Amino acid sequence: MDAVYLGFLLMLSIFLGFELISKVPATLHTPLMSGANAISGITLVGAISAAGAGLGPWATWLGALAVFFATVNVVGGYMVTDRMLGMFKKKDTTSQEDA
Amino acid sequence: MSDAFLGAVYIVAAGLFIYGLKRLGSPATAVAGNQLSALAMLIAVVATLLSNDIVDYRWIAVAAALGSVVGAIAARRVAMTGMPEMVALLNGSGGVSSLFLGWAAIYGDDASTFTSITILISVLIGGVTFSGSLVAWAKLSETMPSGSGPFPGQRFITVLVLVAVVACGVALLLMPGWTSQWLYGVIALSLVLGVLAVIPIGGADMPVVISLLNSYSGLAACAAGFAIDNTILIVAGSLVGAAGIILTNIMCRAMNRSLRHVLFSGFSAPGVASKVEGEVKPISPEDAYLILEAASSVMMVPGYGMAVAQAQHVVRELGELLEANGAEVSYAIHPVAGRMPGHMNVLLAEANVPYDQLVEMDDINRRIETIDVAIVIGANDVVNPAAREDQNSPIYGMPIINVDQARTVFVLKRSMAAGFSGADNPLFFGQNTRMLFGDAKSSLASVINEFKPS
Repeated sequence: MDAVYLGFLLMLSIFLGFELISKVPATLHTPLMSGANAISGITLVGAISAAGAGLGPWATWLGALAVFFATVNVVGGYMVTDRMLGMFKKKDTTSQEDA
Repeated sequence: MSDAFLGAVYIVAAGLFIYGLKRLGSPATAVAGNQLSALAMLIAVVATLLSNDIVDYRWIAVAAALGSVVGAIAARRVAMTGMPEMVALLNGSGGVSSLFLGWAAIYGDDASTFTSITILISVLIGGVTFSGSLVAWAKLSETMPSGSGPFPGQRFITVLVLVAVVACGVALLLMPGWTSQWLYGVIALSLVLGVLAVIPIGGADMPVVISLLNSYSGLAACAAGFAIDNTILIVAGSLVGAAGIILTNIMCRAMNRSLRHVLFSGFSAPGVASKVEGEVKPISPEDAYLILEAASSVMMVPGYGMAVAQAQHVVRELGELLEANGAEVSYAIHPVAGRMPGHMNVLLAEANVPYDQLVEMDDINRRIETIDVAIVIGANDVVNPAAREDQNSPIYGMPIINVDQARTVFVLKRSMAAGFSGADNPLFFGQNTRMLFGDAKSSLASVINEFKPS
């Protein structure tokens, strides 16, 4: 694929990332980081291609290792973020639960 | 599934990632946002599995199953106090995944210079992220001393390793392809570089390092995306990279230090800072209760010491008692309190403190004179007035929560030891300061006991 086209994609996504992330309040910064960890597990997509495309034994094994670590990130990252975000409650809901 | 269709699915996934991050902008919508992001990941992965290129599923299945088990167990077991360690390990795992992906890409059929460069970059950043994160994890979990400061000859060695990496990289570009041995050199040196980069950083700078490594893990994924011509890797990787850069920036600003200063000079040793003289006024839990009972606005200021003492639950209990007593209770959180961005907020949320009671430094500083009692729980540098007043203090210029301007300040502290920065804290000697010595958890428990009718 055209390197220039990929470069454009990179520039636009970085600017978009800056815009989106700077709106996340400080109170959510830890879940933001673990959620970002999960998103960086997107390497799973590339790892699947490397491990499954029949490029020879080395590529397959390296790809499988990449699949393993990326899955840890995806599964671990999303689950722990979900667990954390579930703890953030507004005042009304907590008092209802106590009642 | 054809390539064109796969591309279309990736566009949908990218849109969902972006919308998911947007929903992370408020605690009320954040859970849904994270789930949207997970859905995007699922769509991208399933579409890739169904693409025409994949001919062999065996290794993928084994590796993905093992990875899911490890990830799920870690996510369920980790305590909220251990989140910094968990995020450090996830950073490392993202980095090493990009390293392996870049390494595997060298066996592909595309050996153009552009692809080789991007393979080099993804291996390099991935390796630095991996070994750097392991060192960060070791420091956070105190497997390794968390002290800071460059070791002798560190700059020289780092420059040497950098030159060697570039040399290996150039050699690889001149002789590309998997038959070249130079890639092993790049991998080994990138791992060394990661260790060298994180070793001199410690203690109070941990939130910066962990944010920066977070950013690297995204950038490594991004570089791997270039190496294998994959658009969704570039989009998702750069979103993560941007998130890490923003957090790094916020952390540096909250400590009034430049990123360069954090990375290369360690925390400056306390030098000629003016010695604080004065009398410390201790207070008993009984007297503390009498003051709190009469207070109409109370502010809690937690720091890393609260996490160490596991005091977040008693803090919330005291907060509820004070509210029942008619006081207005808020929790003021400094951006670098704890060992990672937002760490205190998660601990308090776990203890059931509603998020609308958590306030940021700038908001509370504006109305701090109206606070009757400020209770400092295991925080030190982030409430040190020397940062405002003493030009010789190592933390001079760092924004702080001005608790000394509240009507009364209670400081919960084990002893008179200095904070991470080693700076003396004039707050402890203030006219309106009362020291509640002892373990934060048991001190608060005795105050709570006073509230209960005997």
